[in-house]
Parts: sequence; C-alpha cells; structure tokens
Amino acid sequence: MFKQNNYIAAGIVVLAAVLILSLPSSATAHLKLALGSLFLPLFGLANAGQQLPADLADSVLPRRELLHEIANLRQQVQQLQVQQLQAQATAKENDRFRDLYGWQRQQPWKFKLARVITRDPANWWRTIEIDLGSHDGITPNLPVLTQDGLIGRVSSVGLTRSQVILIGDPNCRVSVLVQNTAQDTGILSASGPLNSSLADLTYLSSSANLKSGQQVLTSGIGGVFPRGIPVGEIVDSRQVEFGLYTQARVKLNVNLGALEEVMVLVQ
Amino acid sequence: MNVLNSILVLAAAFLCVFGESVLTGPRNLLGAQIVLLPALMIYAALSCNIGIVSLLAIFGGLWFDSLSANPLGLTILPLFIISFPVFLQRDLILRELPFAQFILGGVASAIAPFISVLLLLTAGKHPLLGWGSLWQWLVMTAGGALATPFFFALFGWCDKALGYQVRTETSFRPDREILRRRRT
Repeated sequence: MFKQNNYIAAGIVVLAAVLILSLPSSATAHLKLALGSLFLPLFGLANAGQQLPADLADSVLPRRELLHEIANLRQQVQQLQVQQLQAQATAKENDRFRDLYGWQRQQPWKFKLARVITRDPANWWRTIEIDLGSHDGITPNLPVLTQDGLIGRVSSVGLTRSQVILIGDPNCRVSVLVQNTAQDTGILSASGPLNSSLADLTYLSSSANLKSGQQVLTSGIGGVFPRGIPVGEIVDSRQVEFGLYTQARVKLNVNLGALEEVMVLVQ
Repeated sequence: MNVLNSILVLAAAFLCVFGESVLTGPRNLLGAQIVLLPALMIYAALSCNIGIVSLLAIFGGLWFDSLSANPLGLTILPLFIISFPVFLQRDLILRELPFAQFILGGVASAIAPFISVLLLLTAGKHPLLGWGSLWQWLVMTAGGALATPFFFALFGWCDKALGYQVRTETSFRPDREILRRRRT
C-alpha cells in the first residue's frame, strides 16, 4: 500500500509536468508572470536593503562635499546645454539635407529608464528582468541599452515586468556593422557560456579588413535595432569554413554582469 | 517530520530560487550560478514524506522556471527524477552521515542540470552551451554537494528550536526504589 502511494505521487508529478509543458504559450506566459509576481515583495525588500546603505551614506555626507558636487554638476549641465545646441543645429541641418534628397526623416530616440530586478537563475540562458511592463508602454523586441551601448532586446512583457534577452544568448542575434572603410556587416551571436564580455561576429565577408579596436555598431538591418547604437570593439578575427567568411570576436562595451539600470528604447 | 518542517522546506525552496536570481556573486566570481534546489530535494527525499517531495518538485520547479527563460514546468521532472530513487531507497542510505549527504547532493546537482538541458534540446530550444558549460557543471555539482549537509544542519537546528521534542521515558521506577529508614 505504501509503495503504491509512492507511485501514485510519481504519476501525479509527471502528469502535472507534462500538462504544464503542453499548455499553449500564451497561457504559460501568463502563468509564468503570475508565479513570478509571488517574488515581488522579496524584490521590494531586496531593493530597500540595497538602498539603505546608500541612504545612510548620503545622510552623513558633509555639506561642503555636496556643495562641491552641485558646482561640478552645474558646470556639466552648462557644457551639455552647449553640446545640445550644437546637436540640434546638426540635426536640423541633417533634416534639411534629407528633405533635399527626399529621404525619410530620422525619429529622435526616446528612452524609458528601468531597474534590473532579477537575472536568469539557469546557467544556460542569458536574460534579465526589468521593472517596466506593458503598463509603461513596453512591447516585445524593443532594444535595451545603457549609456555605453546595446545590451539586448525585450523578449516577453508582463504588466509591470519584462524579460530582456542579453547579447550572447543564442536567442539574441544582432545585425551589426564594423566602422571601417568598407563598413563590413555581420551577425553578432553567442560566444560561450563563461565569458559574458565577448561575443562572436560571424558571416563577415572573407575580404573584410578588420583591425583590433575598430568600433562595432548596430546596422539597422532586420528592423529590431535602429542603426548606430554602439555595441563594442573588434578584438581579433580569423577566416573560417575554409576561408568562406571571416569571424571576429567583439568585446562588448557594457559589462553584462553588473547591470543595475538600463534604458528601453521605445521609439 | 512535522508540518512545520514541511512548510520550512517549501519556504526554503522559494528563498533559494529568489536568492539564485538576485545574488550575482557566484556568477561573477565562479562564472556559474549555484542551483540549490537539487540539494534541497535530497534533504526532502531523505527526511520528508512523498507528498512533500512531490510538492517541492512541482513548486520548486515552477518557481525556478517562472524567473528563468526555461519553458514553464521543465524543471519539475529533473527535480523529481533525482529525488524519487533516493526516497525509495532511503532506508538503506546512511542519511545521518555528512559524507553520504555530500555525495548524494553532488550527484543530484550533477544529474539535474544534465536532464534539464537534455529536455531543452529535445524540445528544440537552443540553450547556451560550450566547453565552458563543463566548468559551470562542476561548479553546480560542488555547490550542491556542499549545500546538502548545510541543509541537513539547518533544518535539524530549526526542528530542535521550533518543534516539540520527543519526551524520553525515565529509567526511574518508584516500585523499585530502595527505601532507607530506621527500623521501628
């Protein structure tokens, strides 16, 4: 009787697993978000715990240091205002030229700041979750970046949370171009499970003239990532598939292991 | 094994999954995240009834998958597969010995990710695999092996601190007492 109970329990577990795995993807996405939201109070607590030492440090900071910091920031604001004026003038000039040649005008980028709340606990995926969802106007496939460069794209969206696939995950492939005279284009893909700062740049033409330190930007091909977002720089390159094409290693601009705040490019 | 201990085991699974998704120290330091659920499953298989083992596999798996890019429900099977044979043979296992706990935890932590990846590949997914995965597998195995005796010690302590203790019979018998008094 006791043994029979064990096997009944085993049957129930296997049946539950099979049933859940065979649910339609929309149902599992909702179920995933519902289960994930159970952790929200703990995320709040963890955030508060991380914030507490910073708040304590702020409260004991000397007034002189704060005034010095304010003066520095004012200087930076003035410099940035001048740069913004220059950029606006350049943008207007660019728009005039685009009108002259009949090209479509470029839309300015709009960002939404998000906080990273979790990382994938499994070692075979490279994803994070952010605290913005459909409630904040986030939709799947929006590019996610930091001030240093691209980090990935939104893969699934909940009401208040979204999952972001990072560069280096096999499900995040980015069309990029190398800033050299030929502007060689290729596909940025996963390099390996251990080093998250490197990615492989594949399908470059066999005649690509790559040098270490050349900048890599998004090419805009594919429609997911707009053109010109910095990604990283070339480390080294080699011919593969009997010289059919060139493959390079790219050092990413962003340290994917230390992400705390990211920006979602909403337009 | 009482109700309190069962609740504590499930709560520990919840906290383990939360910790794995928030703490980046092991990943940045060792290049791999240590997964504690297999170690907890071994503790449950050796100390709890089949109901708790099943619940832990189902809820632990679901919680893990809800924060991961794994298909929901994928982790349930590996967790149950590693714990069910241990549960069936637990009367033959020297479960009080930390060395046995260490070995069982290590074996379970080595097998569980292997089954997960196998299921992912069977489902047509493309997980991030390479030579570095071998290192990650070793880290997960070592982490799980070390965590298992720790779970036994932790839950033993919790049981002692929060649960009722079994009252042992005293060897004193009043009918066999030797009475010493003066003869009258």
